[in-house]
Amino acid sequence: MAGCLKKGLFKIRKNRKIAKDIYLMILQGDTSAVTAPGQFVNIALNGFYLRRPISVCDLSGDMLTIIYKVVGHGTAYMSKLEKGRHLDLLTGLGNGYDTSCSGDKPLLIGGGVGVPPLYYLAKKLLEQKKHPSVILGFNSREDVFGEQEFKALGLETVITTADGSYGISGFVTDALKNFHNYSYFYSCGPEAMLKAVSDASESSGELSFEERMGCGFGACMGCSCKTKYGNKRICKDGPVLKKEEVIW
Amino acid sequence: MVNTHVNLSGFELDNPVIPASGTFGYGYEFAELYDINILGTFSFKGTTRDPRFGNPTPRIAECASGMLNSVGLQNPGVDQVIAEELPRLKKCFRKKVIANISGFSRDEYVCCAEKLAAQEQVGLIEVNVSCPNVHNGGMSFGTCPSSAAEITRAVKAVANHKPVYLKLTPNVTNVAEIAKACEDAGADGISLINTMLGMRIDLRKRKPVLANTMGGFSGKAVFPVALRMVWQVYEAVRIPIIGMGGVSSTEDVLEMMFAGASAVQIGAANLQNPFICKEIIEELPAVMERLNIQNLTDIIGAAHS
Repeated sequence: MAGCLKKGLFKIRKNRKIAKDIYLMILQGDTSAVTAPGQFVNIALNGFYLRRPISVCDLSGDMLTIIYKVVGHGTAYMSKLEKGRHLDLLTGLGNGYDTSCSGDKPLLIGGGVGVPPLYYLAKKLLEQKKHPSVILGFNSREDVFGEQEFKALGLETVITTADGSYGISGFVTDALKNFHNYSYFYSCGPEAMLKAVSDASESSGELSFEERMGCGFGACMGCSCKTKYGNKRICKDGPVLKKEEVIW
Repeated sequence: MVNTHVNLSGFELDNPVIPASGTFGYGYEFAELYDINILGTFSFKGTTRDPRFGNPTPRIAECASGMLNSVGLQNPGVDQVIAEELPRLKKCFRKKVIANISGFSRDEYVCCAEKLAAQEQVGLIEVNVSCPNVHNGGMSFGTCPSSAAEITRAVKAVANHKPVYLKLTPNVTNVAEIAKACEDAGADGISLINTMLGMRIDLRKRKPVLANTMGGFSGKAVFPVALRMVWQVYEAVRIPIIGMGGVSSTEDVLEMMFAGASAVQIGAANLQNPFICKEIIEELPAVMERLNIQNLTDIIGAAHS
């Protein structure tokens, strides 16, 4: 679970395009505040007032990997940053996924830019000798990323595309129909996908939500939502919520 | 050694740096990050009589050198603040806090003020008559001199001799006139500015970014407007002023004080950098020495001739 956030400078080690509008950045710095998969970092960018919250895709020593999508001016600026530059990050934000609930055969279901946090989650589950399987959904062939990385971990990895140009034609829920006897699920992606996954799932699970944030650490109440367990802040009490508490 | 002490109507502060309401919760998120006892004090999240969830999301939008929020006074209500938030705060903050209250009727302001004034932890009551994010309340009381005066009198009557500061909106033609009306009605001081009303449109969705359409504009960009209004109010009233609006650096704090502020609140900058108040407090003595300021109280309003 979440500890205490840290603020620090990270050096860009890599920043390259890996799919349509999708970039992978490796940052080097003090990663000690990151305590769980599914947490995020909040990145200050010159000329932009608010930080950009991006989930942690991988962590190894002092190297932190993020995968982000260019959706506006801020992320477009990020995509042009060259290695060697430093970025001011808040790290250790959000609750993250609870791996203790997973059971032996959890299912990881990601959509688009919601795929990255599932990678670090998969590694953590493997460390705990669990046996995860993976469904990744994208719009089209040119959007697909991460397939080789999940397969390299030795995991069954199914890809869906909405236009049928790669993998199974349809949504992640079309692939989900073929999975039974999974012990738990973890999901991250657009809200419509999360709802569909929640409705179709045969087990309990956890879903990671997105919202426009002010601070990213629980101070401003900018990203509040109502849950069955009371009001929660997506940035501090989330971004991961249990299936049972979500009010759709 | 320079002297950073200031005084708000008898409420002594070690330094003038005060995190602004709505950007510091009830304190304890920040207490995890640094010892918040170094602050002058802080103004807690705007509290209403009844619990409020606030407005639908998105509640946050970005703009050049600033941001918009339409949170809409989300808070657990005054009774829970007293039962849970204040006891929790007491464990990490030994100073007295500023209780920021809001309401939709005179009775609601009175109810909150009466209950919070009775709390030993409360050193000052800041009455928000300036929230731009709620309908039929907040700002509607602060845009008219007579209704601002009415709220002032009503809160003063139940304030248990604690200082009462009215927090004013910049969304008016003549802020000095409203400040004067509050002073005449017995206000001990004035806080300003709350956020300016603004909006953004999402070109892809062809809709406003904020679910509530409009929101409060704050951040670095509003500093010159805030400074000008503090200046104007200083010329109009004799009671102390807490200056705020876009303050992001030690130099901004000092400018606010030269314009007439006795203390300074820092709002949106806390959301960008949760350590900003700590950094400013640590830097303040050196900046004062560089500018030949011995006592901070000497510069309050000193830019006026």
